[in-house]
Amino acid sequence: MNTGKVIGINGNMATVEFTDNISLNEVAYIILGDSRLKAEVIRVNGKEASLQVFEMTGGIKVGDQVEFTGELLSVELGPGLLGQVYDGLQNPLPQLAEKCGFFLQRGVYMNAIPDSSWEFTPSVKKGDIVRPGYSVGTVPEGIFSHRIMVPFGFSDGEYSVKKIAAAGSYTAREEIAVVTDSSGNDHSLSMVFTWPIKRAVTRYEERLKPVEPMITKIRIIDTFLPVARGGTFCIPGPFGAGKTVIQQTTSRNADVDIVIIAACGERAGEVVETLIEFPELTDPRTGKSLMERTIIICNTSSMPVAAREASVYTAVTIAEYYRQMGLNVLLLADSTSRWAQAMREMSGRLEEIPGEEAFPAYLESVIANFYERAGLVRLFDGNTGSVTIGGTVSPAGGNFEEPVTQATLKVVGAFHGLSRERSDARKYPAIHPLESWSKYTGIIDSKKTTFARDLLFRGEEVNQMMKVVGEEGTSLDDYIVYQKSEFLDSVYLQQDSFDPVDGSAPIERQKYTFDLVFTILHGSFKLSTKQETRNYFNQLRQRFLDLNSAEWNSDSFKSIEESLRGKIDEKLKANE
Amino acid sequence: MQKVYTKIESISGNVITVLAEGVRNGDLAVVSSRHGASLANIIRLKENVVSLQVFAGGRGVSTGDEVRFLGHPMQVSYTENLMGRVFDGSGKPRDAGPVLDENMIDIGGPSVNPAKRIVPKNMIRTGIPMIDVFNTLVESQKLPIFSVSGEPYNELLARIAMQAEVDIIVLGGMGLKYDDYLFFREELETSGAMNRAVFFVHTASDPTVECLLVPDISLAVAEQFALEGKKVLVLLTDMTNFADAMKEIAITMDQVPSNRGYPGDLYSSLAARYEKAVDFEGAGSVTILAVTTMPGDDVTHPVPDNTGYITEGQYYLKNGRIEPFGSLSRLKQQVNKETRDDHRSLMDGMIKLYASYKESMEKKSMGFQMSDWDIKLLKYGEMFEQQMMELTVNIPLEEALNLGWEILSSCFSPEESGMKTSLVMKYWPGKDKEDK
Ligand SMILES: Nc1ncnc2c1ncn2[C@@H]1O[C@H](COP(=O)(O)OP(=O)(O)O)[C@@H](O)[C@H]1O
Ligand SMILES: [Mg+2]
Repeated sequence: MNTGKVIGINGNMATVEFTDNISLNEVAYIILGDSRLKAEVIRVNGKEASLQVFEMTGGIKVGDQVEFTGELLSVELGPGLLGQVYDGLQNPLPQLAEKCGFFLQRGVYMNAIPDSSWEFTPSVKKGDIVRPGYSVGTVPEGIFSHRIMVPFGFSDGEYSVKKIAAAGSYTAREEIAVVTDSSGNDHSLSMVFTWPIKRAVTRYEERLKPVEPMITKIRIIDTFLPVARGGTFCIPGPFGAGKTVIQQTTSRNADVDIVIIAACGERAGEVVETLIEFPELTDPRTGKSLMERTIIICNTSSMPVAAREASVYTAVTIAEYYRQMGLNVLLLADSTSRWAQAMREMSGRLEEIPGEEAFPAYLESVIANFYERAGLVRLFDGNTGSVTIGGTVSPAGGNFEEPVTQATLKVVGAFHGLSRERSDARKYPAIHPLESWSKYTGIIDSKKTTFARDLLFRGEEVNQMMKVVGEEGTSLDDYIVYQKSEFLDSVYLQQDSFDPVDGSAPIERQKYTFDLVFTILHGSFKLSTKQETRNYFNQLRQRFLDLNSAEWNSDSFKSIEESLRGKIDEKLKANE
Repeated sequence: MQKVYTKIESISGNVITVLAEGVRNGDLAVVSSRHGASLANIIRLKENVVSLQVFAGGRGVSTGDEVRFLGHPMQVSYTENLMGRVFDGSGKPRDAGPVLDENMIDIGGPSVNPAKRIVPKNMIRTGIPMIDVFNTLVESQKLPIFSVSGEPYNELLARIAMQAEVDIIVLGGMGLKYDDYLFFREELETSGAMNRAVFFVHTASDPTVECLLVPDISLAVAEQFALEGKKVLVLLTDMTNFADAMKEIAITMDQVPSNRGYPGDLYSSLAARYEKAVDFEGAGSVTILAVTTMPGDDVTHPVPDNTGYITEGQYYLKNGRIEPFGSLSRLKQQVNKETRDDHRSLMDGMIKLYASYKESMEKKSMGFQMSDWDIKLLKYGEMFEQQMMELTVNIPLEEALNLGWEILSSCFSPEESGMKTSLVMKYWPGKDKEDK
């Protein structure tokens, strides 16, 4: 056993004296009476190592023993991850609660993957050649066929299958295969293996460009600011602007196979909502509970800061693992700023030279590397799988000109910026329609969406102008443009997340209602005064809002639509 | 572990270092000087150099003073005898009562396992429409009042506390003016609530480090009561003073400041306290109402800013009223679907119109002609401010909702109100809705 001794402690950083070789990012335990506190080596200097401790450090004293494990900080991968709720180090929280009660007790670590039995079906036979990442069989995990793969960490090269278990029931850590490497060494395989969280999994053929849209059922996103499967997006916004609500609805409605929620350094209560609601909610795609496609990594704001730093990596590693099975995985991280702050706290304790706002100089590259782990890939077997990453950003003072937002904007494919003004006026989701952007292609004819966006721009210009010249100084045509843009905003961009119907707009409904909106935006109307214009658009709006909360294609939907179309025809000029 | 050390190596601000061995991070010590004894806690260890923050401050500490380590972290006595008592930030009596030393519990304990939390579901009624209708307060919520200094925030805090139906009130005062302390005391005494209240009060003239202890000590006690099934309301005023005390210590410890002198862990430190708000399954709850004064009325100042990211909303107090903009209750949707079916729509609809009113006000102030729409909005805004926003209004939620419809119908047609037809049919007063 490679050991050392504590020689200093400052917040959650311990300085440790050691003698034998140790490596950067290796896991060590500080021995404190009966408990062992997990820590990670984050700097080595001569015979002294700096360790970030993943637990509260009260009670540690100089001279306490430290055990180095030689292992990098890793997660366990295998069947049984779905539906779990883990802390940032993959400790299962419900099981921990069973053992320790209301409070988190430090130094208690439990198996991330339970030792349950799985129905194994082999997909290789004796003598077959496999490589790391190849699958040797499958087990059914909920609705998925979970691939049992040759551990990603095996060194490159070919392995021949020496022994493979017959179809049948096996426990997760039981041997199900033996493979022999080119030098003739045997390796035993079970359904579970580990992978260091800070290294991207690259066991695939090639990366592909993300093109297919990932539907969120949020109109402003799917129609105007789409996200692609395998792509990245970020949601910066001041507090209370609606970041978490957007992520929560996305985690419910996103058209993907698996959702991983990384609750990183924010409120515990918000995770609890998901925890309690998801098992009760049915996934319309599968008819099963939403929890069966969800994994929660939960390192909320009052949990140890160092584990918060690890939590996003734990989440993305599990995402990559399921991607390797040809699945589409969505990772939602709320909030990446808390992760960046965790880095900042540690960097400060290491007395590194601070960059802007005291963030470490390597902030930008760390953020870039994280989002780089998203992607659409072609696997060895020709199938594709994807990891999509969406992160919220919580900029200090709500000002986007700060290091984390700026570094994130450089690397993501879509920017959904939230505006305080819009959330104050209860215009939810408060995504700013003009400042936000997306590099991906959506589901609606881009000519039409461009037209609508231009109209929003012009409407905003007219609105600004009216603040200078007054309504009386504005032409009727301009005023109509303004009313149209307001209309688009209130009936289409805005969406009430808490309305059972309006809260999620399936894609065919979006296409249908957008066409209806477009008819109005594009039409010219027989309107002769501003007063008449305003009244008319109020009437249209009223009907459209009623439509939005009517069940799709229900009788009431049809009758409201009829009344709306009647209203439109009342003033629409025939030649349009 | 009662070894006495008499070699103080350095004294800087409130932090002293002493050479000692075998002491544990976070543990307490007693520093005895000519001016009396003070508690101190260990905040850093480096070989045999031990850094301690002295609760009574470094002033007057001499290199020859005695340091005696107690072998345990900061604790507070938890018994029924706390009721009606007043202590300072380090747990010493401020009143004439006896020192309490039975059943000592650690402060700043571990956080609740998220898997053990439950979704809060009980509305706390306050009779204030800006709260009940627009930003409903919920049991186990953590919520500060954002305020400029000079606003009646402590009055508002006391008013909500008196109106809320809770079992126990814990007041944590930080940098509290003596008069404000007396105010709270009087309020609770006259209403008869003092016998189920306990105060931990650091006043503006007390040592800084004691200010730092107030939230932890208050919340540790609150948590214990909650575990025993009590509904506890914790009042923390003013958390900006707490943050400033943190800043002071951080600077003494040569920490690199991250934003306007505040340490990089300001967020985590505030969160560790606020996250103590909880509803225990099968037991009681801790609700936290705090005050965060905003230097220069600036919400982007690091203290309100970090707080807003942590708490479940905030009440933005300005000109003696709770502002509709900037105020938020993040838990409102947990309870307002059960109150009345028009609650949510009315809440959002009225604020949207108030936002339009503000725009019309802007136009008016620039001297533009008011369209008839503007005129309607102006009338609406005025009514809204007088009948909903004034803190003198004290009516139950249902009455406030009815009042909302009254205001809408006396200013707008149903279509102009932006309310859903189904709700208009049900709640619109008078004959307008027949016209539809
Ligand atoms: N889409 C929405 N529809 C209705 N209300 C919303 C919506 N988004 C946010 N809100 C309101 O704003 C509050 C704060 O939103 P939240 O997502 O928690 O903000 P953030 O994560 O940006 O701090 C919510 O509790 C809710 O009351
Ligand atoms: Mg949030």
